[in-house]
This record gives sequence, C-alpha cells and structure tokens, in this order.
Amino acid sequence: MLVIQNLKANIGEKQILKGINLEVKAGEVHAIMGPNGSGKSTLASVLAGREEYEIIEGTITFLGKNLLELAPEERAGEGIFLAFQYPVEIPGVTTINFLKTAINQIRKYREQESLDAVQFLKRMKEKAALVNIDDTLLKRSLNEGFSGGEKKRNEIFQMAMLEPKLAILDETDSGLDIDALRIVAEGVNKLRNKDNAIIIVTHYQRLLEYIVPDFVHVLYDGRIVRSGNKELALELEEKGYDWIKAEIAHV
Amino acid sequence: MNTALSIKDLKAEFVQQFENKQANYKFGSERRKEAIQHFRALGIPTTKHEDWKYVNLLPLSKIDFVPEVLSTIASPTELQPYLLAEKEAYTIVLLNGKYAPQFSTLPEITPKIIITSLAQAFEQHTELVEKHFAQIAFTEKEAFVALNTALAEDGLFIYIADNQVVHKPIIVYFITDAQQQAPQIQIRNLYVFGKNSQATILTKFDTLGNNANFSNLVEEIFLAPNAIVDYYKIQNENENTYHIGTTKVRQDTRSVFSSITVSFNGAIVRNNLDLDLQGEYCEGNMFGLYILKGKTLLDNHTSVNHALPNAQSNEFYKGVLDEKATGVFNGKIFVRQNAQKTNAYQQNRNILLSQDASINTKPQLEIWADDVKCSHGATVGNLDKGALFYLRSRGISEESAKALLVYAFANEIIEKVKVQSLKEYLEFLLSERLQITT
Repeated sequence: MLVIQNLKANIGEKQILKGINLEVKAGEVHAIMGPNGSGKSTLASVLAGREEYEIIEGTITFLGKNLLELAPEERAGEGIFLAFQYPVEIPGVTTINFLKTAINQIRKYREQESLDAVQFLKRMKEKAALVNIDDTLLKRSLNEGFSGGEKKRNEIFQMAMLEPKLAILDETDSGLDIDALRIVAEGVNKLRNKDNAIIIVTHYQRLLEYIVPDFVHVLYDGRIVRSGNKELALELEEKGYDWIKAEIAHV
Repeated sequence: MNTALSIKDLKAEFVQQFENKQANYKFGSERRKEAIQHFRALGIPTTKHEDWKYVNLLPLSKIDFVPEVLSTIASPTELQPYLLAEKEAYTIVLLNGKYAPQFSTLPEITPKIIITSLAQAFEQHTELVEKHFAQIAFTEKEAFVALNTALAEDGLFIYIADNQVVHKPIIVYFITDAQQQAPQIQIRNLYVFGKNSQATILTKFDTLGNNANFSNLVEEIFLAPNAIVDYYKIQNENENTYHIGTTKVRQDTRSVFSSITVSFNGAIVRNNLDLDLQGEYCEGNMFGLYILKGKTLLDNHTSVNHALPNAQSNEFYKGVLDEKATGVFNGKIFVRQNAQKTNAYQQNRNILLSQDASINTKPQLEIWADDVKCSHGATVGNLDKGALFYLRSRGISEESAKALLVYAFANEIIEKVKVQSLKEYLEFLLSERLQITT
C-alpha cells in the first residue's frame, strides 16, 4: 500500500529525515517509536503533505501513485488520514459543517455522489457512538475550547467518518488519561480491517497495549534504526531509548 | 454643473450650489448660512488633515455630480432586489435622499411614534425637531457636516416617545438611482429615543445603475435615560459610490446603543461614528465588518467619549481585504477625568487575502481617569497556515478551505445581528463574495 524509499526531508536548512525506508501493507499496523526530535512527527506531516517540509530525496508511493506530487487534499482523496498531534482550533466552523464539506469533497474526488443530509447524519450518529463523542461537541466550533481528550477523540471521530485506507496517528496518546486512551484505542480497533492500514507514531509504549502493532520501528536521528515486532516496544519501554542510542554510537 | 478639476473647484461648486438655492430652502435658512460659512472656511479635507490622512478625495472632484437628481424608479418591483425578507417591519424608502411615501409602510403617526421625512417633521413637529437638530453634529470643525447642514433638504425623522417599545424593526432603504446621471445627495437624519424606549433602526444603502454617485450623510441620534437602540448600517452600493457618513450619538444614563456597520462595496466609503456617553452606566457597542475587493477604499473612523463614571464601551471591527482594496480603521477612546470605573474595550482584526490589499489601523486611547479598565489592539494577518493545512488534510480544497476560514472569521460579527432577515441576507452576501456553494 505504502512504500517509502530513501526519504530525506528538510525544514529550512535543517535535515530532519535522513533516508527513511518503510513498507506498509493493507491490514497492517505499524508503530513508529523514537525519542523526541527523532523525526517521527516530521514523517507523519510529510505523508499528509505539509508544505513547510522540503523533500530533497526519495520517493513515497501510495497505492501505485507518487504521493509527493499530490496536494494534501488529493492525498486525503486517495485515502490518507493524519490524526494530528495538536488538532487545530477553528472558531466559527462547526465540526459537522466541516466534515460535511470534507466528506463530499473527498467523494467528489473519487467521483462518487454526495451524501445527502440524511445519509450524513446517519453516518455521524454511528461513528460518534464508536468513539463515544458527544453530539453537542460536534455542533460547536471545531476543537475550540475542547479539552485535550476531546480533541483527540474528535480526530478519531473524523477518521471514522472519512474511512481512510491509511491512517497515521501522530502522538494520539499524548495528553490522554487512561480512560480517554482506552476509548480512543477502542475506536481505532473497531476501524481496523484487512483493507486498511495504520501507522502509529508514539513516544511511549502505552497506546500499543491497546492497539497491538504488527511491526515496531525505531526512528532515531532521521533514520529507522531498528525494526521488530511488538516485543521491541516492550523492550524500549523497559530500557528506554538510551541503549539504542548507545548501540548506534557503537556502530 | 461644470466638470470640476481640483478640490478647490469642488468647494466652489458646493458654495455655488448653495447660493443658487439659497432663497428656496424650506427650513433652517439662518443655520444654513452659518454652515456654508464654516464649510467655506474648512474646505474639502485633504490628506494633510490628520483625520483624512488615508483618504484622498481628489477623485470626487473629477466627476460631474448632479444635485437633486430625481429618481425614475416607478414601480416597487424595481426595488424588490434590495428589500429584506422581513415580514414584520416598518419600511421607509428614500430615493436619492428624498422620502418616497409610495414605497414606504409606516405606522400611523401618533404622539408616541413619529416616523416621517425630515422635511415634513420640520413643518409638523417643529419644536421637537429644533430642540435636537444640529445639537450634536457641529459645523465648525467638520467640513462634511457643515456641507450637509447647508445643503440637505430631506432625510428621516424618527421619534419614539418615553416608555414606547417598538417591536418591529424600522428598516430604512437609502436607494441611490444612478441609472441616468451621477447624483450628488445630501441626507440628514434625526432620531430621538425617549426614556425607557426601545427600537431597532436598520439602514441599508444600495445603488441602482452603475454611474458614479456621491452621498453625504449626517445623522444625529439621541438616547434618553434607559433607552435601548439597535442600529445597523449596511452598505453594498456600486463600485463608483462615494459615501461620507457621519453618525453622532449622544447617550444619557443607563442607555444602551449597539451599532453594526457592514460594508461590502463602494469607491470611497467613509463612516464616522461618534458615541458620546453623557450618562452613568451607559453602554455603547460598536461592531463592524468589511469585506472588500476591487479598489474600494473604506475608512471606519470611530470614537467613544466616556464623560461620566461606570459606563462601558465595546468596539470590535473585523475586515477581510482582497485584490486592491484598502481599509482604514481609526478608533479613539476618550476617558475623561470624571469617568471613573470606565470599562472600554476596542479591537480591530484584519485578514489580507492579496498582496495588493492593505489596511491602516490605528486604535487610540486617551485616559485621564485613574480607575478604569481599558484595552485595545489591532491585528493584521493572512489566513492561518496551520488551520489551512488541517482543513486540506481532510480533503477540502485549498480554495474551499480559505473560503471556510474567511467565512468563519467574518461570521463572528454577523452572528451579532438580531434581525433574522438581515442575518440571512448578510450570510448570503458573504457566501456569494467567497463563492461558497453549500
């Protein structure tokens, strides 16, 4: 589904990604872990098409298409979804109106008919129940005055509404208490199926107890320095990142 | 009228216009004489004048404006596109500044509610009018007030007696008929609100035809103790419109005046709005929204004078400027020595959508009292990149995302509109301007 080859990216003069290689297949869940500043969030942003980053080398192919040629909205149309680490507050735009616009523009991109109001509301009810998000929250301005947990839940709710093929969860666990984390994780698990894939970007192992990954990668200094299965995450939890840093310094 | 070539000539022409008509004015001939003297002394302000720094009126002098153009509008259907769909309202139409009773539906005149043309009011309610007329709009310092006082022959008079609550909004359509000629219009309004009275005055300015036109509007508004007045000024005239409006408001104790000024179009539009809070526990609200494109120059010049203690004022103007539009926001808050416990808030926020658009914003505070709460500020920016990316990452095109953000930005002011039909109309105009289709 997703093939990243030798991806190098800068922000300003600074190189953040120094040659990433990663392949994600349908039905898989990949966790990308690493210490702060290793480039995890950059990778997530680059996949979604944030324009501040300059790609200096490498390719990203998504379902056979060159992702780097597509605008963020076209990537969404192709089925990519980024759950933001810091969801943006947008006063004056209600979540409902925003999602109606988003869904119908994605459907237009895919040459599908627009959802009518009834279909939209039906889907909304279903998906809101899935992540246990309150109706009144959705009628309010997007993320405005939401608590950290509400914002993250709203991200997963949007993911449910847009039904992406590849969802990238960027530090979705940060700032969540254990109950909120569980709700978010359950929501994600219900959305997992054999046709879609999920990339979880996280600093801690905590979320991976609830969303069990098939693969775990350690990103350090702009490169994936180690890959393994879920055991690797536990090892990291136990030992911290220092042993990896030490090992790399050794090599 | 000959084609004027410079600002000086324009002044001479106005004076000439006065002299030609002098013997035939129906009211206020002494006052007019004094006013034209003041105008003569003041002249048309140039950009050297601090209050007109950003407004160059030279284009005015290059157009062959014609005074007293009679409108050719004969049927209400011609006005239909400009009317709000408000079922329960009093409506007054002024065509080129002249009261048009055939298009107006007004309550019967009683001692409690008077809504009529100013010319008629001078005849029929002389004492009431004379008591207020030219009492807060002074001719000594402001050229356009002087000019208006000298030349204006009609406009609107509204009087709401003590304890009267007018539930229906009073909607005033100022229609400029610029289909045949380039009219020059002087409009004079006087609104008097008695103690404990309540009313909504909604003024809406539109043009028929594409010719240039010039209106000089002066309004005086009096609020007796405890009066509550909502005032709207909606401007969507053609792009050759020159509008200079001066609205003076005097508030007595515990009165509440709330204005919303919304501007979409015009060549040069100047809105002076001055609140004089001459009572304790007054509340003055000034809200504004301007959505500009083309080469429109809009100048919102506002002031609020806190004369006595415990009053509050709240000002919030927002603007979106595209293409080569220019905006000016000038807001002054004066807190006099006596006005302890004043609460004054002022804010101006702008979004520039193009490289060529510009805004000059100048919030000012002058405080002589020591126990006050005042804040002011101004922002000018582009659309938030983080918000744009967020929307686009959800599949919303760049264009739609921008439109959504601008709509949301502007809607904060539109949401304050209490007259439902006006709210819907403004939402429609905004969607149309932003090319949003829902």
